[in-house]
Amino acid sequence: MSYKKHRAGALTALAVSVALLATGCAVDSGTGGTEGGGEGGGDLSITFVPKNLGNPYFDTSSDGAQEAIDEFEGTFAEVGPAEASPDAQVSYINTATQQGVGALAVSANDPQAICDALNEARDAGVKVVTFDSDTNPDCRDLFINQADAEGIAKVQVDLIAEQIGGAGEIAILSASANATNQNAWIERMEEYLASDYPDITLVETVYGDDDDQTSFDKTAALLQTHPNLKGIISPTTVGIAAAARYLSTSAFKGTVALTGLGTPNQMREFVEDGTVTAFALWNPADLGYLTAYAAKALIEGEITGEEGDTFSAGKLGDYEVGADGVVLLGDPFVFDAENIGDFDF
Amino acid sequence: MTATTTDTATVRTYRDFDRPLWQRILLTREMAIIALLVIVTIVASLTVRGFGQPITLTFLLLDVMPILLIALPMTLVIITGEIDLSVASMAGLASVLTGVLTQAGLPFEVAAIVAILVGAIGGAVNGFLVPVVGLPSLAVTIGPLALSRGLAVGLLGTTAVTDFPEFWTDLAKARVGNTNIPVVLFLFLVLLVVFTVLLHFTPFGRGIYSIGLSSEAARFSGVRVERTKFILFVLTGTVSALAGIYYTLRYGSARGDNATGLELQVIAAVLLGGVSIFGGRGAIHGVIAGVLLIGVLASALRLANVTSDVINIITGVLLVLSVVASSFLAWLRKRRRSPGRTPRVEASTAG
Amino acid sequence: MTAPTIERSDVTKRLRAVSAVREFGILLALLLVILAATIANPNFLFSADGWRDLLLTPSILVLLAVGQAIVIITRNVDLSVGSVLGLSAYLTGRLFIDLQGIPTLAVFLIVIVFGAVLGLVNGALVAFAKVPSLVITLGTLYAYRGINVLWAGGDRVNASDLPRDFLALGTGQVLFIPILTIIALVVLIVAGWVMKNSRAGREFYAIGSDPDAAELYGLRVTRRLLVAFVLSGALAGLAGVLYAARYGTVSSQAGSGWELDAVGAAVIGGVAIFGGSGTVWGAAIGAGLLLTINRALPILGIPDFWQRAVVGALIIGAIVLDRVLALRQRRKLLEAREDES
Repeated sequence: MSYKKHRAGALTALAVSVALLATGCAVDSGTGGTEGGGEGGGDLSITFVPKNLGNPYFDTSSDGAQEAIDEFEGTFAEVGPAEASPDAQVSYINTATQQGVGALAVSANDPQAICDALNEARDAGVKVVTFDSDTNPDCRDLFINQADAEGIAKVQVDLIAEQIGGAGEIAILSASANATNQNAWIERMEEYLASDYPDITLVETVYGDDDDQTSFDKTAALLQTHPNLKGIISPTTVGIAAAARYLSTSAFKGTVALTGLGTPNQMREFVEDGTVTAFALWNPADLGYLTAYAAKALIEGEITGEEGDTFSAGKLGDYEVGADGVVLLGDPFVFDAENIGDFDF
Repeated sequence: MTATTTDTATVRTYRDFDRPLWQRILLTREMAIIALLVIVTIVASLTVRGFGQPITLTFLLLDVMPILLIALPMTLVIITGEIDLSVASMAGLASVLTGVLTQAGLPFEVAAIVAILVGAIGGAVNGFLVPVVGLPSLAVTIGPLALSRGLAVGLLGTTAVTDFPEFWTDLAKARVGNTNIPVVLFLFLVLLVVFTVLLHFTPFGRGIYSIGLSSEAARFSGVRVERTKFILFVLTGTVSALAGIYYTLRYGSARGDNATGLELQVIAAVLLGGVSIFGGRGAIHGVIAGVLLIGVLASALRLANVTSDVINIITGVLLVLSVVASSFLAWLRKRRRSPGRTPRVEASTAG
Repeated sequence: MTAPTIERSDVTKRLRAVSAVREFGILLALLLVILAATIANPNFLFSADGWRDLLLTPSILVLLAVGQAIVIITRNVDLSVGSVLGLSAYLTGRLFIDLQGIPTLAVFLIVIVFGAVLGLVNGALVAFAKVPSLVITLGTLYAYRGINVLWAGGDRVNASDLPRDFLALGTGQVLFIPILTIIALVVLIVAGWVMKNSRAGREFYAIGSDPDAAELYGLRVTRRLLVAFVLSGALAGLAGVLYAARYGTVSSQAGSGWELDAVGAAVIGGVAIFGGSGTVWGAAIGAGLLLTINRALPILGIPDFWQRAVVGALIIGAIVLDRVLALRQRRKLLEAREDES
């Protein structure tokens, strides 16, 4: 009879040990949850859901958001998927709904896919602000636009045109093909190229999926497929850094121009070694900062997201809500060898 | 994958039947998992803020639904000693097909039916290659895993189709009346009844177990091994496609990368639920508890602002633990029994 | 006395011939792809960068494929290689950042040992717990990746964090051959020789052909399995260092999905998934074919989104082909035996 007990005992031991393991995690997380949530509804707890974690661009914007939230003594949290996909974002948005946070700040991986989840959150009283990449306007209260599409498209096209002398073949290295902002910019770039630079032809748009290695390999493929290529525009921070790294070690260094949107820290090396002359970006930290203040204004009922509402955003001054609930951060900034030393992000 | 390991397969012996009924019902892997699920749920409700509210149930069920659906046929496949790695890719392909066909102007319903048919065909290809050609299922289903995903990504690139009839997208998220029970749960319950009856109450189901214990013996006792496996693979493909369509509707978008990595969660849940990877052993209620356990853990951790990657670690570790533990227990039992003890009824296992 | 010897050499010859034909076929396919792409765009082969990329791109995957081939030959599989690569690549970056001035050679050694330890965990779980390697390595795939993300968090290693000499390894050339390719070739030649000629190498094949017989024959199966997984882990670790050198930027997602390419390369290259046959040479050629197809598709005007579909079809084709060859081979051998007697 005794071995039966042993077997039962072994099973129980297994069950208990696994249970302990699991509950151990749950208990840990319990304390985390209480801290993250804050007390009561309508509070200044703001959860940021970037496109993906581990992206230096969003790390910088979250730093800015944290700074703003510390200023008005709210609670900052950042959660998100490791890979930029909308279905993973939905789970985090649902979770924020359950937690009853004050506001959600989301950079959308898909304009439509996360809409229902966001509306569910709004029904539960959570204010929703999108930043960097928008959803459909009816799924959020506000969109903090880093720069309007015209401005972004114009600055990059002007930069590349200047660098290649206003004529020749260029290509675009984008992030993923359904990133809302990327596509809007590319569309505007095409229009602007057609109207102002008829001698420049856009031969191909490739997608590096904001993945370093894919972008790197895509750059290699572009240069081989189009031997007459004179310039590449990469309107994404991951893409431009990967492309620059490929160019800097290849025979095309200095002969194929590269510009786009990049962060100074990633691009410093390539500006210094001459691979890249100039590139543009807004300050992501300011973007996060403004987003946090906009969320605060919504939570406190200072604004509702109507056109013409104004709110103050700490050190950045006052902002006004434009059509469709869009708040514009400002014009993009051009970085070159002269000024890159002044920035650290 | 097979011959190295068959000697440690958990085999039902007469021992299992010489214990009192209550012990046979309560002291099982399945009951251990169910108990664990209950404990984790209670602890999470007490310690994680926001877990105790009813809305959690809705989101939890909606989140784990694709896993629950695919886990049903997968349980049967694994009990026969095979495995299907291509389920997540098939779900992705079904999602993309539904999207592409809807975009091309077909009514959504027709597109969905075509996608389910493609799922059945994909399953039939697996079902043909594995048992009929006689290839190991691990190897065979890695091919369709890459192929289906490749087709899905190839068809849509990185674009997404998001224009689906509101009736269907709403239905995927709708709840019954004012309760927190999602409507889609009924789809699952229907399938649950079908698969439970099929596995536990029909000769076909007994055949599934006997194939898992010994394919040869099953063949000699009149089980049509190839046909059974073929049917199971077709069922898996079909249900995977169905899960893919649900996935599409739930997130309102068809994308090439939908449901990536879902196969791990399905397999982890099935094995966690007490199904032996060597075949021949397992029950549906354990599997459901396994799926819910992973779902509850993921939900509680997310509520506590823990990132998705910790959830992956836990899923991975639970998967490894659950298979290693059963091997370890088998080894322990064998060791306990052997030295200086008269073997009791040792009819079917020779040690 | 002579009859059996002749018979055996016959059998061996035939087996050799089959695997040679198999590898030759893949090599031919690789050359055809290169030819087609070069006709479409001469730069694919005849430009300095084209030539370099042709050799450089598959180099890292070749290392993974060699490790994978050894594991598959023992009738196992290692799905965690992508995660091991990612974790090793991140460790490489951290070593350079946290221990300023550390010699490059020390980094190589530390990371390779680190990869070997991760492989040892896989091997121990497989060999001692007697659990299918598929399940174990599927679990460690996610666990290792999770540890990587937990460790790296939002951080990533940037090119500017790494010493210039180290980065030069990733793109530099000696006599028109990239350094990475030379490293991969050295590993390949050593592994190829050991697998073909050494006792240890032949035992891998014996275990894969018939694990029970190998055990009965007295081979130390457990130890050999451990060695196979440790080798696969160590090679993935080496691949991680080279990944960091070549791409310069390492995020927590580095190398995700590479396990499929590694298994695919081995299987396409004629390493039978049910163990016991194939060579690391075949796996290396398979790796070259996979990545060259990837680069050739856009040049041939096919969106490269279809690459994975092509890979999937190739894997299925290779598995079926191997099966057909194996069955025909068995029939022929049986006939040969009957003829003898």
